[in-house]
Amino acid sequence: MSLTETFQLAFKNIQGSKMRTFLTMLGIIIGVCAVIVIVGLGNGMQGYIEDSFADMGTDSLTVMIMGRGSSRSVSEEEMYELVAENQETLKLISPTVSVSFPPKIGSDTTSSSVSGVSEDYFTMKGYEIAQGRGIQYMDIESRANVCVVGQYLNMAYFGGNAVGQTLKLGSKSFIIVGVMAAETDDLEEGGTDDCVFLPYSTAARMSFTGAISNYTITVQDRDNISDAITVVENALYQIFEDDDAYSVISMSEMLDTMNSMVNMIIYILAGIAAISLVVGGIGIMNIMLVSVTERTREIGIRKALGARESAIMRQFVIEAATTSSLGGLLGIALGFGLSAVATTVIARVMPDTPITVSPSMAAVLLAFGVSTAIGVVFGYLPAKKAAALNPIDALRYD
Amino acid sequence: MSSLIEFQNVCKYYQMGDTTVKAADHISFQVRKGEFVAIVGQSGSGKSTCMNIIGCLDVPTSGLYLLDGQDVGRMDKNQLAAIRNKMLGFIFQQYNLLPKLTLQENVEVPLMYAGIPKAERHERSRIALEMVGLGDKLRHKPMQLSGGQQQRVSIARALAGDPAVILADEPTGALDSHTGREVLTMLQQLHAAGNTVVLITHDNSIAVQAQRIIRLEDGHVVYDGDAHAPEAVVTPNMAGRGIAK
Repeated sequence: MSLTETFQLAFKNIQGSKMRTFLTMLGIIIGVCAVIVIVGLGNGMQGYIEDSFADMGTDSLTVMIMGRGSSRSVSEEEMYELVAENQETLKLISPTVSVSFPPKIGSDTTSSSVSGVSEDYFTMKGYEIAQGRGIQYMDIESRANVCVVGQYLNMAYFGGNAVGQTLKLGSKSFIIVGVMAAETDDLEEGGTDDCVFLPYSTAARMSFTGAISNYTITVQDRDNISDAITVVENALYQIFEDDDAYSVISMSEMLDTMNSMVNMIIYILAGIAAISLVVGGIGIMNIMLVSVTERTREIGIRKALGARESAIMRQFVIEAATTSSLGGLLGIALGFGLSAVATTVIARVMPDTPITVSPSMAAVLLAFGVSTAIGVVFGYLPAKKAAALNPIDALRYD
Repeated sequence: MSSLIEFQNVCKYYQMGDTTVKAADHISFQVRKGEFVAIVGQSGSGKSTCMNIIGCLDVPTSGLYLLDGQDVGRMDKNQLAAIRNKMLGFIFQQYNLLPKLTLQENVEVPLMYAGIPKAERHERSRIALEMVGLGDKLRHKPMQLSGGQQQRVSIARALAGDPAVILADEPTGALDSHTGREVLTMLQQLHAAGNTVVLITHDNSIAVQAQRIIRLEDGHVVYDGDAHAPEAVVTPNMAGRGIAK
């Protein structure tokens, strides 16, 4: 009996008991579907995280200076020197001073993020100026009360003509000298385009301590970002002699950490889903054992008519494998369907975090392979039982 | 003429608890090519054991069984399966057709295990079913047929592989007397066409349809000869004692 004929026979038997086969497959269907959706969700989350981090720039380091008591600190001149001395790894530096006063425009108060930065900051982040000018060195030197606003503020509060107008931070008035080009397609409150930048010297004077504790540093080569971190950390250690006094974080490192956390969660969930595949396999074995008992007479007849043990064995293993891989295919189809539904639901429920549940090809192939393998493995025992039946006893069986 | 089936002191013992059951005890006989032999006996006489051994479903505990000169007792399971497939055509009391397959597919089962290509299988199964008068029901399922028709399908299945021996185990046991007679006539026709037919039965009236009778009792051969001799059909117990003396 050829292999194709064995498959045809398997399909015939499956067709003969559709309901039972479907129930047998259910475990595999659910398992495969769960694995595919979970892996797809993981891919979506990773994609979302990567996109968000890419906005923040993966070629920059954030340095936070906590200081050591009140005696030791580091001045911005020292930080600039540090970068100048290490030009082979480090590129540009800008202090970043966050300002806690919300901007007031006329009688409106906005929730925009306000930071004090250097004249290099826009180059470092790749921000472009759409109208007017950016922050300049002279503004920093003179601690000028000027600012650059994001496109959102420009459109929402100034009707697109923000340059030359003023806004208030605390009690001080700032003249808007420039407007950033839109960073995102949809301008929204709290988004990247809802921001105000002023000279860091001005911002530092407005803060309580007047000290600058945060810096952003860009690197020459984003693939060697860990070297850059080491350079900055070594320099800071020489100043403070205490590694609790500062911390250096890179976005790409944070991205890696986030990704590995997401991966770990996904692996654990997929592992739990995979348990249902094993349970499904046991279900298949159970039904195949029942089927062998039910078909004892058929096996006896086939053996009397000249079927070798290997032929009977093959028939049952192929039947189990066909059942489970058919379940796998249905599971894959269901998984794709559920992924599409999940994407829609997530977009509806959490419009701010649009995660696309995208099943990966690898997960699909793996799920199909595993479900087929489960059929073979769990079909083996019943098939062996069938093949070993004594034809005389099997013929007499009712 | 050389013998096709040869039993030399064939014994088959079963262990049941502490006692050894001698299902076949030194049975010897020969069947030549082209004969029509009935093996007769009450239940427990050893005829089923003989049938299993002749049918290569079982091997003797001791003694020699030669089928067309080949020593079956020394064969492994795969060789037994192959010899069943090529040399033997089974006709069972319960027909033993596969209910999910069509008549033609049923007849093709032994041909499929013999590795015969699809086109040739279709041809041979069609011819075999036409021979038993069911050429117009190739695509029917066994359950759509009467008992007699089903038994004819199993005859067709036995014939399709062109076996050396046709082995019929109580072929009329599940049939009424009329259809039973039809089946017996068919076996006689097969014999007339030159086939070797071995019929296993407990029923004397059926056994006499054969050419020759081998009567078994308690695992021994008690009569072996012409089916029409008066001793062939006497009450088993009395005949047994008579011959034994």
